[in-house]
Amino acid sequence: MKVIEKETLIGKRIAKLDAPDKASGKTHYVHDLNLPGQLYGKILRSTRVHARIKRIDVARARALPGVHAVLTATDVSYQCPLGVGKDQLPLKGDKVRSRRDEIAAVAAESEEIAAAALALIEVEYEDLPPLTDPAAALAPGAPVIHDEKTPPLAPHESLKPGAPGDAEAHRHNVAMTFDYEQGDVTVGEALSDVIVDDWFRLHYVTHCCMGVSGIIAEFDSAGNLTLYSNTQVPFLHKREFAEILGMDPGRIRIIQPPIGGGFGSKLDIYPFEPICVFLAKATDRPVKLVFSREEEFIASPTRQPVLLRLRSGAKKDGTLTFRTCETLHDNGAYTSWGATTPFVMMQTISSLYRVPHCKYHTTAVYTNNPYAGSFRGYGNLQATFAVEQHMDKLAEALGIDPLAIRLTNAQDPGEVTPQGMHFKTCGLKECLATAAGASHWREKHTAAIAAQKAPGRYKRGVGMASMLHVGGGAKIYPSDGCGTILKIDDFAHLTLLTGASEIGQGSETVLAQLVCEELGLPLDAVTVVNNDTDITPWDVGVHASRTTFIGGNSALGAARKAKAKILAAAAKVTGLPAAELELRAGHIVRAATGEALMNLARLLRSLHFSDKAELVMTTHYYEPPSHHQDKAFKGDVSAAYAWATQVVEVEVDTETGIVKLLKVTGAHDVGRVLNRLGIEGQIEGGIVMGQGYALTEELIVEDGVVRNPGFRDYKLVTAPEVPAMDIHFIETMDGEGPQGAKGVGEAPAICMAAAVANAICNATGVRIYELPFTPEKVYRALRRESVPAGTA
Amino acid sequence: MSHKREIGFMLNGVRTRATVPVEMSALAMLREVIGLTGTKYACGEGECGACTIIVDGKSTCACLMFAVDCEDRELTTIEGLARDPLGQRLEQAFVECGAVQCGFCTPGMIVQAKSWLEAHPHASRAEVARAIEGNLCRCTGYVKIVDAIVAVAEKEA
Repeated sequence: MKVIEKETLIGKRIAKLDAPDKASGKTHYVHDLNLPGQLYGKILRSTRVHARIKRIDVARARALPGVHAVLTATDVSYQCPLGVGKDQLPLKGDKVRSRRDEIAAVAAESEEIAAAALALIEVEYEDLPPLTDPAAALAPGAPVIHDEKTPPLAPHESLKPGAPGDAEAHRHNVAMTFDYEQGDVTVGEALSDVIVDDWFRLHYVTHCCMGVSGIIAEFDSAGNLTLYSNTQVPFLHKREFAEILGMDPGRIRIIQPPIGGGFGSKLDIYPFEPICVFLAKATDRPVKLVFSREEEFIASPTRQPVLLRLRSGAKKDGTLTFRTCETLHDNGAYTSWGATTPFVMMQTISSLYRVPHCKYHTTAVYTNNPYAGSFRGYGNLQATFAVEQHMDKLAEALGIDPLAIRLTNAQDPGEVTPQGMHFKTCGLKECLATAAGASHWREKHTAAIAAQKAPGRYKRGVGMASMLHVGGGAKIYPSDGCGTILKIDDFAHLTLLTGASEIGQGSETVLAQLVCEELGLPLDAVTVVNNDTDITPWDVGVHASRTTFIGGNSALGAARKAKAKILAAAAKVTGLPAAELELRAGHIVRAATGEALMNLARLLRSLHFSDKAELVMTTHYYEPPSHHQDKAFKGDVSAAYAWATQVVEVEVDTETGIVKLLKVTGAHDVGRVLNRLGIEGQIEGGIVMGQGYALTEELIVEDGVVRNPGFRDYKLVTAPEVPAMDIHFIETMDGEGPQGAKGVGEAPAICMAAAVANAICNATGVRIYELPFTPEKVYRALRRESVPAGTA
Repeated sequence: MSHKREIGFMLNGVRTRATVPVEMSALAMLREVIGLTGTKYACGEGECGACTIIVDGKSTCACLMFAVDCEDRELTTIEGLARDPLGQRLEQAFVECGAVQCGFCTPGMIVQAKSWLEAHPHASRAEVARAIEGNLCRCTGYVKIVDAIVAVAEKEA
């Protein structure tokens, strides 16, 4: 008797399925693809931040040999507003509102010819007063940035509350507003023994995907459009492109070649994408449009810059009484997902800890600055920066230990917050205790305070911060679902067609693992197809840390249906009840003993080539049991919530202001570890991205102009600067999650800046309210040379 | 349009000839003239290391080198490492250690690691981190990249 023991893939260190091709240079990103007959597109961008276009002369560009098309707004017969706010056209004809504005585009036989043609285009501007300070843009009598006669179209349907598109608001440069309230903050204030009140200033950073933005557009002879695109939301873009181009969505196919980094940057539709389609249409040739790195810095989205005022109160025993939060979001010239970060920010304000009374307000103001998109963490880095510094400040004011005040107010499993979030699993207290214990936080924190006034150039300190983020999708769109088609061939090889997108995060491998676990197959028995809207079923996109949870449950649903079908067939053949059978290592086995009864491939062939002539093919669409928020922003938007605490240890050189990040101890409630190698990689990468946000990265925007559009002056963290890391996984086994897992993609970046701020304060006694913590800023703060911006 | 020159060089062990515009970079020649796309463009100014190749035994940013300056040189790209024992070990270690996420920086990282390990076979973790400081990665936080290179260094030792 052959016995097959039960083996599991869950929790193992599984190498990514796409890694061998990537490591050998065989992976073809959009930059590496070239279609026969392809032309090269390039965009002419505004050299002014705010101006009327008086004249564009493209005659010399058109006359250049090798140029196939030169397009301006007047050459395109149909243009429709695009993006989250529907407040810009792809090609701007009358007015430019930022330095990135697209005013002409060229398709030519080479990139060099296209660039030469751009240089031949003459543009005459009439400058308008630039508005690059959001507070000034709100002042009465300020010039109006969106003075279009016809107001923008209704915005994305997901944005009904506080939505843009209000022509009257636009006349005051207000793009969007958000208001949220729970309880009565005046009651909370009256109950408070201590209140802290501060301004925080969060800066511009940008995604810096190693693969720059790019797209290829091609029409066939029937007018069907194929796009080779880096988008993170292919199915939403199908519809968006249809609207923008005046096409039937059924005639648009989006293929995603492997993507060189996403991090949220590819969630909205940007002007370069329809412009590439316009060029393909005008020339009847495939057109490829790829950014330069400089263009990527100037014309791809940023993280949302925020000016934030937070008031927090607590009783003597540390119990939180209230929070009020007001933010001014610099919306830039157009409205993308950055403006909508209040969706997430208010969750942290209201629900990271128990706060009975809470009030939140955001005004997003149009300026002539770059505009922000979504970026890993989506407003949560900004909100957590303020909230977690206030937890330390309240503790200090009350003479309570910072860990104790967090434990006092931490959420528990089962809690339904006033905002309506239901924490079915919640490992926050365990995260706090684990991160504090493993890092020896209490001893180090106490010792650092004692050493603050002691002589010595180098000061060490520890700081902690926790976070709450969606971990089971986010019901923003009408559906937050994902579809799967699963088929098994005559040789027990499985093809998984999933709507979920792989952007390097490893979802392809996790989905394969989940399905193989269910069907008792080795990982090399599966092919994942996840990049073609003509083939794969619908998915809302790769964002909100949702793919493992939503795509995973969808894949599991299809696998379970396939398993039921196989076991039913096996039951007939073996004469045993299906409930007593299992699938292991490509065999049907007796569940109780592991006795191999028959080979799966043989069973499949007998099913296929029998009178029944049946193939094992299943489909599943998973919609998470979450809810849309109501107009007051209340509702259980995610099927699960992720938690984490990170403790950082820093060394501050008080003579230079250089802050060295020595160690990060993280405890993450991830539900359950599915692929240990993959989840470690997500957390390590997120920590370093958060490190960059805290310490080194800043997109310097002066008078609307990006001053450091290159890696020489935009400082990404490099390998020698990476801190030691000690990562702990808290497995709360979420009941809804696939095998108990929750989303984790965004979580590790969220706490870092707040924890570093608290650590610098622990080391030096000086609290800094503005990012990033550059040597100059720290040096000046230590000497109290200037009051941190916004605190005056 | 521009003046062109025909040049000859060794590419991944194969004698190669190419006709290139004089202002073309070695990166553009590899990708567009020869059709080897494993070497990536990510900045074009020598700041990110995604286009790292080995020229006469030294790692170099292909974006900073003129194609015509490849004349009579010996070039190795990521594609050439498929037949190189150290290159193979590195590729395997990157896969097994989880050093690959989006993968865009990976070829440059591996070529840099190969070039450096040849001269420093017994590298420590800190030395490895130093060796790849000119190669940017936005996904991994470098931890597993260093793991992979150290794993190979230890095997070499």
